Amino acid sequence: MPAVSMTVNGKPATADVEPRTLLVQFLRENLRLTGTHVGCDTSQCGACVVHVDGKAVKSCTMLAIQAEGANVTTIEGLANGSQLHPMQEAFREHHGLQCGFCTPGMIMTAVDMVNRKGNELDDHTIREELEGNICRCTGYHNIVKAIAAGARSMGTGGARKAAE
Amino acid sequence: MYAFTYHRATGLRQAGNMLGKLEDSKILAGGQTLLPTMKQRLASPANLIDLGKVDGLKGIELKGRSLVIGAMTTHSEVATSPVVQQAIPALAELASMIGDPAVRHMGTLGGSIANNDPNSDYPAALVGLGATVITTKRRIEADAFFTGLFETALEADEIITKVSFPVPKKAAYMKFRNPASRFALVGVFVAKRSSEIRVAVTGAGASGVFRVPAFEEALKKRFSPKSLEGLSIPATGLNSDIHGSAEYRAHLVGVMARRAVAKAG
Ligand SMILES: Cc1cc2nc3c(=O)[nH]c(=O)nc-3n(C[C@H](O)[C@H](O)[C@H](O)COP(=O)(O)OP(=O)(O)OC[C@H]3O[C@@H](n4cnc5c(N)ncnc54)[C@H](O)[C@@H]3O)c2cc1C
Ligand code: FES
Ligand code: FES
Repeated sequence: MPAVSMTVNGKPATADVEPRTLLVQFLRENLRLTGTHVGCDTSQCGACVVHVDGKAVKSCTMLAIQAEGANVTTIEGLANGSQLHPMQEAFREHHGLQCGFCTPGMIMTAVDMVNRKGNELDDHTIREELEGNICRCTGYHNIVKAIAAGARSMGTGGARKAAE
Repeated sequence: MYAFTYHRATGLRQAGNMLGKLEDSKILAGGQTLLPTMKQRLASPANLIDLGKVDGLKGIELKGRSLVIGAMTTHSEVATSPVVQQAIPALAELASMIGDPAVRHMGTLGGSIANNDPNSDYPAALVGLGATVITTKRRIEADAFFTGLFETALEADEIITKVSFPVPKKAAYMKFRNPASRFALVGVFVAKRSSEIRVAVTGAGASGVFRVPAFEEALKKRFSPKSLEGLSIPATGLNSDIHGSAEYRAHLVGVMARRAVAKAG
């Protein structure tokens, strides 16, 4: 089995994997980082979104071996110790989740959105950008509110971009 | 997904050689189509040759009157490139409408056109702009590149390296999205160059992208949405499925073409 090495949440991670191992399997099963979820496994739902070299990707649609040498951030890497990342805090504050299954992907997508589009996000932009993330519970309203608020508080300091 | 052997290519020639020699081998670009199809077991290649670490396949450059884009350039790089936005804004906009942000971070121009999904967006831009596909072996005009449903003129061991798009005077793309998949139910790309007007349609044709000569003729007389009024295309040869009948798609082709011409200005 080929070896794969990458940096995950700031720490080196190396393993021998079958080539068909998906990045999400590597994260969940080899590294036991189970915050990244598998909702569909068909590239539709976004529950598996992580950042690879600073960009949001669906980790169910990437081979672990494609991430060789990459810098990967998962939901576990956002908080700064016990201090939540501003986007996590905003989801809590604005009830941006119910069952929480979609939430890790929503938050990773939201942080990527802020990195690309800035701290002032209107509802239309947020909804367009959430095209690849599906939530079965909330009806999205509070997710949109949480992202707008989280984006703003990322701009005013806080634990900005904690581990990235 | 069935097991396969993974090969990380380090050069284009090496990748081409492996593709020719290794049995049942396929190129892996962004994986946004290939990996889902492998999971569904619609494809089960024995060997995957990853182009991810091959130098020189990414990049966007204006060369004279042409915009040249590397095969491994992602949809998001095309969508956000100031060079593309300046030279062919319709192309940047088309790329920004593909899938969702995560798909656009991985999916590539080369992968999209090699796959030639009948509902994909790029084929409309290549045919609409009269682009040229550059491979490890030759140059292929877009009109001759897309040969049918998921079929292209590519040979088994041929790799796309870049696409050259002539910069038009005016161009626009109008996409009627399938609201569930985000692919084009019907997409129309219209472009006007000094010598030529092209109207290319994706999503509608049962064998993929096609041009509409009757619309092109009418627009040659006057480039205005009015020139297309009363014109339509027959429903024969169009897709018909749960998302829309052939008649509905034929109607949408007219509507999207008029909107695209209006948008191109
Ligand atoms: C959720 C979702 C939504 C999507 N929505 C859209 C949409 O709205 N519109 C749209 O157009 N597409 C859409 N796509 C498809 C997306 O654009 C893919 O990125 C693209 O079709 C394939 O590009 P890739 O780089 O991922 O190629 P891969 O999946 O890696 O490869 C696709 C095929 O092309 C071959 N190939 C790749 N590169 C080359 C090359 N350089 N030379 C020769 N052969 C090559 C491979 O062998 C394979 O057969 C969507 C995909 C997903 C998962
Ligand atoms: S699990 Fe990856 S997109 Fe749904
Ligand atoms: S909170 Fe339950 S799926 Fe989104």
